Amino acid sequence: MRPVDYVRPLDVAEVLTLVAERPAARFLGGGTNLIDLIRQGVERPDTLVDTTALPLAGIDTALGGGLRIGATTRNSDLADDHLVRTRYPLLAQAVLAGASGQLRNMATVGGNLHQRTRCPYFVDRESPCNKREPGSGCGALEGIGRSTAVLGTSDHCIAVHPSDMAVALTALEAQVELTGPRGTRQVAMGDFHLAPGETPHLETVTQADELVTAVLLPPPSLGVARYRKVRDRASYAFALVSVAALLDVHDGQIRQARLGLGGVATTPWRAHAAELVLVGAAPTDEVFEAAAAAELAPAKSLPDNAFKVQLARRTIVATLRRLRADGSAS
Amino acid sequence: MLVVNDAPTTLDLEPRVSLLDALREHLHLTGTKKGCNQGACGACTVLVDGRRVLACLTLAMQVEGREVTTIEGVGPHPLQAAFVRRDGLQCGYCTPGQICSAIGMVAEHRHGAASVVTDDVTTTPDLTPEEIRERMSGNLCRCGAYNGIVEAIVDTAPAMAEMAPALTPVPA
Repeated sequence: MRPVDYVRPLDVAEVLTLVAERPAARFLGGGTNLIDLIRQGVERPDTLVDTTALPLAGIDTALGGGLRIGATTRNSDLADDHLVRTRYPLLAQAVLAGASGQLRNMATVGGNLHQRTRCPYFVDRESPCNKREPGSGCGALEGIGRSTAVLGTSDHCIAVHPSDMAVALTALEAQVELTGPRGTRQVAMGDFHLAPGETPHLETVTQADELVTAVLLPPPSLGVARYRKVRDRASYAFALVSVAALLDVHDGQIRQARLGLGGVATTPWRAHAAELVLVGAAPTDEVFEAAAAAELAPAKSLPDNAFKVQLARRTIVATLRRLRADGSAS
Repeated sequence: MLVVNDAPTTLDLEPRVSLLDALREHLHLTGTKKGCNQGACGACTVLVDGRRVLACLTLAMQVEGREVTTIEGVGPHPLQAAFVRRDGLQCGYCTPGQICSAIGMVAEHRHGAASVVTDDVTTTPDLTPEEIRERMSGNLCRCGAYNGIVEAIVDTAPAMAEMAPALTPVPA
């Protein structure tokens, strides 16, 4: 067995020095995905840098009325946080929709953003996978593809991004804070995850010498919001389709709409095309249908995953109708 | 150094050894079960600083210096008696994980946690059977003893809330 070092640094500067010298190092948060991938031989780090002793856990109000979520905050602490529950219930719902109580107690926010696809061909080392081994091909394209993506795909990869949390963060227009040897930078959630294109092994803009140190939420928007997840069983399963939706209706007109989609795309998907149809229109069933159709028009499906296009359409419309009812009740 | 069921022990481990293997193979605490070994079944659930986690996806190194409680450190517990009374098991393989998970779950609820079936996440709902099923969904039972498991938890939840440990933040 190849030797592995385990370290648990206490400050970020120490971490940055360490990973600059060890390009095959991996950050370890809760380990809920990475430990499994190491055991399967998919991930082969030479060093595990445990991030959980860094002073990065916790949630604080940020200047301007937003929220700063430290990168090592556990998913359960994020969902339990009073400010998150009252001001960003969409995020609390999305986090609570993911995994199980045990896994949420372990998983960190930074780790959730970097979790890998659960595409069975990615995990199976005997199958070709351009994400695991660039240039080896894609087993999913001609394989059993029920879980695969219909949006944001390429000829090289159709793997779904598995996160619920990230879908809500996309709809909330969060920023990811990255810290590296050149200092700190912020990247919008919409730019953080990379479409597979010809390089499906590159999944985020995070560089090897950078660490996600926080997620920043802008002040809460007006209107009502909700996360709806559809899956094969009632709980403890990845999404077939999920919708993070925010709707602000005033005087019979949609002032603002934001939509994120999970389970159907290669990245946490922001449904810009649907939003364009919604904003300025009346919140009618016909408009909701037109918005869903606009977003799903470029969908590319295979026989096994074609059901997702219809399921996504229906879930988008049902979620928007529910928000319309929530909004008129409040 | 690991603190398991209040007993400090020092082990010399390869970094990839899971907490589950450390407990079973090194400390011979075989009450914690290895089911899927990939975070899909919940059989290996233990408590770390009072929080339920999966021992199969935790490295032993990660819990150095923290309080680990396994099924051996739990009993005798009123929930165990309720499992027997309510037929909350058949083969029993998932039971240690179910018991540890339920103890952690009740502590989370006492701490105010909502769940995905909670209609309004700003509130803490009662632990109804529906809430219990959702909150215990990370523990699979292949014998299908779920009805008995839920009944046992309903019976015992008030007493367990009294015994619930204070939840300390996970990062040391």
